[in-house]
Amino acid sequence: MSSTTLFARAASKRVLPGFGLSLGVVLLYVSLILLLPMTSLIGELSQLSLAEYWAIISEERVVASYTITILAAAIAAIVNAVFGLLMAWVLVRYDFPGKRLLDALMDLPFALPTAVAGITLATMYSSSGFMGRLLAPLGIEVAYTWVGIALAMAFTSIPFVVRTVQPVLEDLPVEIDEAALTLGASDGLAFRRVILPLLWPALVTGTGLAFVRSLGEFGAVIFIAGNMPYETEITSLMIFVKLQEYDYAGASAIASVVLAVSLLLLLALNLWQGHFVKRLHGGKS
Amino acid sequence: MSFLTLRAGVVATALTASLGLAAPALAADRELLNSSYDIARELFATINPEFIDWWQEQQDESVDVKQSHGGSSKQARAILQGLKADVVTFNQVTDVDVLAEAGLVAEDWQQQFPNNASPYYSTTAFLVREGNPNGIESWDDLIEDDVEIVFPNPKTSGNGRYTYLAAWGYADRELDGDEEKIREFMKQFLNNVKVFDTGGRGATTTFVERNIGDVLISFESEVNNIRKEYGEDDYDVVVPPVSILAEFPVAVVEQYAERNDNLDLAKGYLDYLYTEEAQRLLAGFNYRVNDETVQQEFADQFPKTELLRVEDVFGGWNEVMDQHFAGGGILDQLQRR
Repeated sequence: MSSTTLFARAASKRVLPGFGLSLGVVLLYVSLILLLPMTSLIGELSQLSLAEYWAIISEERVVASYTITILAAAIAAIVNAVFGLLMAWVLVRYDFPGKRLLDALMDLPFALPTAVAGITLATMYSSSGFMGRLLAPLGIEVAYTWVGIALAMAFTSIPFVVRTVQPVLEDLPVEIDEAALTLGASDGLAFRRVILPLLWPALVTGTGLAFVRSLGEFGAVIFIAGNMPYETEITSLMIFVKLQEYDYAGASAIASVVLAVSLLLLLALNLWQGHFVKRLHGGKS
Repeated sequence: MSFLTLRAGVVATALTASLGLAAPALAADRELLNSSYDIARELFATINPEFIDWWQEQQDESVDVKQSHGGSSKQARAILQGLKADVVTFNQVTDVDVLAEAGLVAEDWQQQFPNNASPYYSTTAFLVREGNPNGIESWDDLIEDDVEIVFPNPKTSGNGRYTYLAAWGYADRELDGDEEKIREFMKQFLNNVKVFDTGGRGATTTFVERNIGDVLISFESEVNNIRKEYGEDDYDVVVPPVSILAEFPVAVVEQYAERNDNLDLAKGYLDYLYTEEAQRLLAGFNYRVNDETVQQEFADQFPKTELLRVEDVFGGWNEVMDQHFAGGGILDQLQRR
């Protein structure tokens, strides 16, 4: 068999079954796993009139919970953006003993049940815990304040930043920074003007994912939050409260707000990324 | 560490319960599912083997009892959504009412067993740190400025609801029903809460493990069990002179029990809880019981206290839920800034 016929065969025939079947299976799966639950959520909402819906989602205490959740998630995401980038950089660019272990540790928040993380954090940072005891004399309270909420969110969402930036950085040859340096750029300038622009889309996506993940986090946050009305109640708790009252529609209403914010943000990220890639390739995508 | 031993103990009992029950399951003629609240896990792990023996003696039939535990409301929701439990043993009348409304439980379930279908009861009590440094004796002492309280969120926990109602009932009596003043009292009371955990066990952890707060408010049974578990030298139990009657309702989930052909077994299981033998076991777990012989035996364990009935003070659970705990209700108003 000549090599040309082999390539011709490879082009027409793929390892997995044909496009029609593959796409069909994918669509079915997406419908069952993703869309069906979403539809049923919307279905719950249809029990509410528009005025009722608005009354539920704009209730003062629920609004306070949005503020707390969004602010804490934003802080967690920004902190993770900085440190996640640094971690990805160290993991890609340096060799050191224990690197594989550190790399594996990055996924720990994905593997650990979040409630376990939450209880551990709360125990550690309460005024009698070993971190809390150190921080208390400095006047820093972590557990049962919004700082604790942000901390728990940062814990559960760090892999999103690291794991999005890492592969991009791996594709980025060291020669690029070396070229910048030989052309006379300072370290800072080379990072800012050469490396950061290339990492930017991955970094923003990772940070966005971390933010969205934090919005819906329940298990890890609930134990460290203290759950004081107007001060440390997160939106997920408000949903939980509605469920306790057998108010499925109310719970769905609040959930729909979180969902809408998440979807909008993810959509914006995707659009922006498409736009960015287009610009990177000189107008052609 | 006592915390570890408790956890290990819980795991061990859960394991032995599931394993111990799994073994005779091979031979058991029938199986019964009891859906219950979270902190009753150890209680029913102790009661079930005794019941199995009792049933064997009475009916000459081997049975197996399975346990399902979680927050009382969560369990009710699970049954609404199809968990085929034969009996429920809850800590909230409303959670059984929900099942009755759905037609799973008989309308008159509270009349089907003695004492409002509540084989045992408890009240809310305080756990304070050794020597009671803040001198907490009653609800009045909890609204002082420097007292930090821990109890679960009434929005998410039946335990928390009882605490709220007990404080309200006390204030109602002390302030001659002046609603303005009662609300002021309750505001101060809620203001002193340091952490609002979502459930009773969470509040226990906050108070005992994280050393937060001056006083933990929970069921008398739980408070006594904690003290026994975590060290009698470190904590004192205070039972306030006036508190709330917390009934633990039981009911046969007729629709499922009938389908499982378990109607007689389910009824027998709940009847068993009223026998002297079971009442003694319950008292051992620091629950108050109605059996007079057992009451006398355990008299030292349960200080005399006046217990307010939800029906008398608030007009029943439906009224309580609507007025106090529903969205925008009095609890929400009290916590508004």
